[in-house]
Amino acid sequence: MFYREAGQFKTSYKADQALMPILQDRIGLSVILVVAFVIIPAFANDFFLTSIMIPFLVFSLAAIGLNILTGYCGQLSLGTGAFMGVGAYAAYKLTTMFPDANVILMVLLSGVFSAAIGAIFGLPSLRIKGLYLAVTTLAAQFFLEWCFIRIGWLYNYNASGAIEVPHREVFGIVASGAEATPIVRYFIVLCITAGIAFLMANVLRGRIGRAWMMIRDMDIAAELMGIRPLQTKLMAFAVSSYICGVAGAMMVFFWLNAAEPSSYSISLSFQILFMVILGGLGSLSGAFMGAAFIWILPVFLKFIPGTLGIEIAAETVEHVTFMIVGALIIFFLIVEPHGFARLWQIAKQKLRVWPFPY
Amino acid sequence: MLYDIFIDPFVQMYEMPDFFLQVLWEGFVAGILYALIALGFVLIFKASGVFNFAQGIMVVFAGLTLVGLHENGVPAYVALLLTIGVMGVLAYGVERVVMRPLVNQPDIILLMATIGLTYFLIGFGEFVFGGEPKQMITEELGLPTGSTAFEFGERGLVILQHIDIAAAVIAVIMVASLGIFFNKTRIGRALRAVADDHQAALSVGISLNQIWAIVWFAAGLVALATGIMWGARSDVSFALEIVAFKALPVLILGGFTSIPGAIVGGLIIGFGEKIGELYWGGLVGGGIESWLAYIIALIFLLFRPQGLFGERIIERI
Amino acid sequence: MNALVSEKELEPAGSSEPVAREELLRVDNVSLSFGGVKAITDISFDILKGEIRAIIGPNGAGKTSMLNVINGFYHPQHGTITWQGKVRRKMKPYEAASQGIARTFQNVALFKGMTTLDNIMSGRSLKMNKNFFWQLMWRGPAEREEIEHRKKVEDIIDFLEIQAIRKTPVGRLPYGLQKRVELGRALAMEPDLLLLDEPMAGMNLEEKEDMSRFILDVNQEFGTTIALIEHDMGVVMDLSDRVVVLDYGKKIADGAPEEVQANQNVIDAYLGVSH
Repeated sequence: MFYREAGQFKTSYKADQALMPILQDRIGLSVILVVAFVIIPAFANDFFLTSIMIPFLVFSLAAIGLNILTGYCGQLSLGTGAFMGVGAYAAYKLTTMFPDANVILMVLLSGVFSAAIGAIFGLPSLRIKGLYLAVTTLAAQFFLEWCFIRIGWLYNYNASGAIEVPHREVFGIVASGAEATPIVRYFIVLCITAGIAFLMANVLRGRIGRAWMMIRDMDIAAELMGIRPLQTKLMAFAVSSYICGVAGAMMVFFWLNAAEPSSYSISLSFQILFMVILGGLGSLSGAFMGAAFIWILPVFLKFIPGTLGIEIAAETVEHVTFMIVGALIIFFLIVEPHGFARLWQIAKQKLRVWPFPY
Repeated sequence: MLYDIFIDPFVQMYEMPDFFLQVLWEGFVAGILYALIALGFVLIFKASGVFNFAQGIMVVFAGLTLVGLHENGVPAYVALLLTIGVMGVLAYGVERVVMRPLVNQPDIILLMATIGLTYFLIGFGEFVFGGEPKQMITEELGLPTGSTAFEFGERGLVILQHIDIAAAVIAVIMVASLGIFFNKTRIGRALRAVADDHQAALSVGISLNQIWAIVWFAAGLVALATGIMWGARSDVSFALEIVAFKALPVLILGGFTSIPGAIVGGLIIGFGEKIGELYWGGLVGGGIESWLAYIIALIFLLFRPQGLFGERIIERI
Repeated sequence: MNALVSEKELEPAGSSEPVAREELLRVDNVSLSFGGVKAITDISFDILKGEIRAIIGPNGAGKTSMLNVINGFYHPQHGTITWQGKVRRKMKPYEAASQGIARTFQNVALFKGMTTLDNIMSGRSLKMNKNFFWQLMWRGPAEREEIEHRKKVEDIIDFLEIQAIRKTPVGRLPYGLQKRVELGRALAMEPDLLLLDEPMAGMNLEEKEDMSRFILDVNQEFGTTIALIEHDMGVVMDLSDRVVVLDYGKKIADGAPEEVQANQNVIDAYLGVSH
């Protein structure tokens, strides 16, 4: 009833291949963009921006990165956290080496380093598949974490062993460092995330995205059809790690202000993997939904007892949160193994035929 | 530099054989513990094709339950029995709540479900027993605690902890009994049938649910034994969870379905790690134990993608 | 050398000889084994341009292995393969694909997560070349390229009469249609040689008739050379120009359908004889 493609005829392949061929989808996206760019900045308080929106966007971007590798190219990775860390440390080194450069550019550039490292750790993927590949990425995770701790040059030999984001201005506005206002950070993070998501949507619907999916669905058949497996997989590793690297750099520059090696540990890798799986493998919008679920749900859980007037120790809340998140993950996997993206599709199907059952 | 890498460590090994032996022993013990964790993985993977990430947390959980019960005044042996009961309930619960509804899903979904289970057990364990490390009740369980020093050569000394010897013995007994169980009993045969082909096993009247519950229970028992041994060497704490990831390279080396493979793989990783750390780790600032195991497995995989005991993969289409 | 001789012999084009065609692929003394198991032993045959060549034989005769050798998926231990007059070196499957060999598979090997349209578009992968940065932009060259190839793909969709399932994920299609989509995907590669591995397995009579018609149309309209494996003898005898028969990895007969049908070895292989 409300959501129909009936009557929306396409008269050219160009129109048929558009990102959102259905009018209602375009309206929906515009509403989301207006909310994100106008309404939230206008009405949200600092807490909402720093504790919910900025981390949500950072994690969404990381989830998009992992989704490219795992969801679209079918290569399971448990090293996302470390690749994010490479981005963070690279951005830190770049900004301290070139203090006058535009910090946003440096963040975007830092992804190049994690892309290179990701591609190196992707090399074994030619011979190793599935869970075996997970070991490769675990090797990356633990090796890189070790590098963050042991190589003093990476954190400029700080006594604390942590990286602290320096004060940087872009066009006279404080963009990073402790003085940067949440609203500025929010806009930077939002623009980068939305921009990369849009560019990736383009790549994924074209030749390269198709090649990735061919490798995912049936690698042997893909090779027999002329896809070069190594090149294609390495590209997925590089693109994915680039995005994760940028997300990692944003995480420290526009959200946390400081980070230590443990910020990029294996639990971060798992967190991102959860977002991807729950959101839906092979879905960009799923990455956002998964990130929202995994990040925002625990935040809410923390505040529920307080608002109900129940006094519970902070530790207990954390433990219970762990339990609930774990249980919900299992629950959603049972209900819909293909994630929120599939649930959303089902919902759209229902809307299409509403008020009739089919 | 080259001298440091290629010659010096071997000179050291030759000059201080007692230290080298001690390192080997350490490696052996670490390897046995890795092998025990890997064994739990193998049991479940063999019977259901599920890569059970929760094995690590099951080790912690079993250890915590045992210690926690004892702290609350339950005698050690009764606590042990109760813990076995708890692992049984856990196995049944996992089969009923997680495995059964997810049957026939792709591997990655099942893998994620076990990670979800990990989160749940972490939260649950901390909620019930608190997050701080606990002392294992080694003596109360009648396990040896002392150590024996062997004189070696003129001035050398090799120290063996009794608990380590006990761990090795228990590991051997467990592997042997699991081997007998798998190969000689009716349930063992059913297990192997399920491992081969779920549907075919169903069609000849084997109950998948029952088999899975049994397998998870067996894995729980292995976890309990691992928890006791590991706890006796250090503490029972959630830090163990990271160590459990080491089971992955062990499995890669030994193959996901081979019990002897898990043992051999565990030993290779254990030896490799300790020797690497103590003789070569210093060159790069130490602490390479955290990733050496994965790199060993990785290098190994590049030459033998099918693992140590796996058959050569012939891809078909 | 062989190629030269046969070309000279067959040179007088337009003669009444129906087989006066150029040689496309030639297999010489190929042997392939896995460990101790011999899959193919010393097989030689040729495929001429524009013909439909059937490879038949009982189960386990090495037919699929033969196709795998031809498109570079397996590497034979002995023997050579001559492709368009040149002896082929050891190559990767994607190189064979880029030289113009396409195939379908015995057990449908479609990309299950993608739609029919995307599956057939994937056949165009080799012909598309706009790089990553154009893909990022989309507007402009990448989009134009996509549309240009989409037109070709739509032609194939029309030809195979699968317009209605264009946007359906292939995992949801019935088996017969999946086979058809797979043929479409191979056709999208515009191959010189099309290898069909049991294109009609598991089909009912009507679907088999459809598929036979498509195969004949492809051969006649586009002039594509086809090598096919099939168990249905009726289909093989009707469609193919020449048949090669394998049994236990050895060639036991080669020739026109009628000859092969009458060959005592072939009858023995299919019906079994007491040795």
